[in-house]
Amino acid sequence: MSSDPITARGDLRLTRITKSYGDFKAVDDLTLTIPKGSFFALLGPSGCGKTTTLRMVAGLEEPTVGSIHLGETDITTTRPYQRPINTVFQNYALFPHLTIFENIAFGLRRRGIKDVKEQVDKVLSLVELPHLAERKPTQLSGGQQQRIALARAIVNRPALLLLDEPLGALDLKLRRQMQIELKWIQREVGLTFVHVTHDQEEAMTMADTIAVMNEGKIEQMGSPADLYDDPETAFVANFLGQSNLIKGKIDGNDGDNLVIDLFGQKISMPKSRSHAVDTSLYAGIRPEKFRISRTGTAVRGNTLAGGRIEDVSYIGVSTQYVVAMPWGQELMVFEQNDDGVPPFNKGEEVIISWEPSFTFGLRGDEDIEAGTEVNPEEIDE
Amino acid sequence: MSTKIKDASIPTIPFKARLSRWFGRNLLRIYMIFGFTYLFIPVAYTFAFSFNDSGKSNLIWKGFTLNNWKNPCGAPEVCSALGNSIKIGLLATTFATILGTMIAFAIGRYQFKGRSSSNLLIFLPMATPEIVLGASLLSLFLVFKINPGFWPTVIAHVMFCISFVVVTVKARIASLDPRLEQAAMDLYANELETFRRVTLPLVAPGIAGAALLAFSLSFDDFIITNFNSGTLITFPKFVYVAAARGIPAQANVIGSSMFFLALAIVIAGQLVNRKKAR
Repeated sequence: MSSDPITARGDLRLTRITKSYGDFKAVDDLTLTIPKGSFFALLGPSGCGKTTTLRMVAGLEEPTVGSIHLGETDITTTRPYQRPINTVFQNYALFPHLTIFENIAFGLRRRGIKDVKEQVDKVLSLVELPHLAERKPTQLSGGQQQRIALARAIVNRPALLLLDEPLGALDLKLRRQMQIELKWIQREVGLTFVHVTHDQEEAMTMADTIAVMNEGKIEQMGSPADLYDDPETAFVANFLGQSNLIKGKIDGNDGDNLVIDLFGQKISMPKSRSHAVDTSLYAGIRPEKFRISRTGTAVRGNTLAGGRIEDVSYIGVSTQYVVAMPWGQELMVFEQNDDGVPPFNKGEEVIISWEPSFTFGLRGDEDIEAGTEVNPEEIDE
Repeated sequence: MSTKIKDASIPTIPFKARLSRWFGRNLLRIYMIFGFTYLFIPVAYTFAFSFNDSGKSNLIWKGFTLNNWKNPCGAPEVCSALGNSIKIGLLATTFATILGTMIAFAIGRYQFKGRSSSNLLIFLPMATPEIVLGASLLSLFLVFKINPGFWPTVIAHVMFCISFVVVTVKARIASLDPRLEQAAMDLYANELETFRRVTLPLVAPGIAGAALLAFSLSFDDFIITNFNSGTLITFPKFVYVAAARGIPAQANVIGSSMFFLALAIVIAGQLVNRKKAR
């Protein structure tokens, strides 16, 4: 424990962290381990506490309760400049009075590193901007500033690199390109990246592990595929992609499967994918897992009959349907345009079917609107 | 030479409309010329009369001479008065800038009890008539048995300059992104290094501006100085006293020099800024 925190290495462990501002808890009893070398994303809507969490890890805020460890070293109250942690700030926060070279050299010089020039040159070529060394930050484009901010942080080879909405200020095309580049750089330098974002696509593209945060707590943590395929809460189901959530009742067992009654129609789903606590549950199915067939044709798997096409939108790669069900709910269905079947028309009677193993089950007392009312363009301050 | 073809289909603009359009386009320029003329006639007059071969009274043009410029200390006491003013100005500027900058940081950066009232109180010396400030300072000094003179004048000048420094520096601090300081701390700079390497260089233009303002306020001050300087003669006091029997042309030389010095500083500042931005 007596070792200098600046040399600490290892997993980042947040233990029962709470951060209160008066009566408001920005972060509420959060426990989290981020393994060394991973690309970890904290994903959530504006005000969910993800930026506060990041600032506590950076040392810019102190938790009200709880502890932060890096490896075996307690860094809860360590000053930001004594932590082997660097941050890429949301609006880059490049020093406007220094050249690009001096911006990148800043951390090296403070630590009294010898071969500053060599290291700065190396990282400048890593981000492919060696010709900009003598410029001032204001002379750079947004994308270039973003890379310099990244270079300024990684040149220090920190145990942990924090990225606070790093791509938020870039346009869509540049953002896509930088997502791929960031992931490449992370693999190249082998540092632990912790990435905070409200953009679910960005998190899924880059991170190996995502923790979805809501109201100061972690809703669910796992790989992008786990979170998407088997969400445990309505918030996760809605915040990551879109979901159809249909109210039902558990009506019995069939081996490893549960039999579910959805408004009088029976379906089955794997027991392991149900997160219900009693017999009431919401059956969740992603829109692209559904298939639509004309009434009267033979179909496999789970089926729901009595649908009527309410709306058709042709998107190119897929066709999106809104299907009105007999119990008054409208379901979203995305069909790939790959089977040569002509699109369905508005008003047609259809059957909806899907593989039972794609179903996930949520608790029956969930708010099925949770996570849907989020403006994806919002930027968390 | 091209031949002008009169085409009936192109309507000619009547003279009156052309005239009003010309005025519309150039009104601002005309107004600007009048404005600057109004502002600079006194300066030009002062400059011109610094070359007057005046003798005792510099009121009537008597002929051109460079003697006043060659010998600016020619008139009795003019240079010792100037020296006093510069000394007082430099001391007052130094103290007022340091104290004012610290107050500006306190008010601009920290939340504390009484912050908004300090913010308000700092404006009071700017709003109080100088004649009142000068008179009450004098009685204050006398109560404490301090005789008017050099140091009481410096203290008085520091007092009225601080407010201007605070206001100027505070504006600069307000425009400073706190994330820059956080980024410095994140990059292994402790509090002192962060201040020295990031905060101070970014606030420096504001501080420099405040110092220039403080110096010119101090150099220029007559009313408060007159109450608190006792027998000490400052440049404004010298000019005021001299006015009764005729201001020597050397006063114009010093006035003009000050003007050109200030102009040079402003231009140099602009050039440095432009170079930095490039």
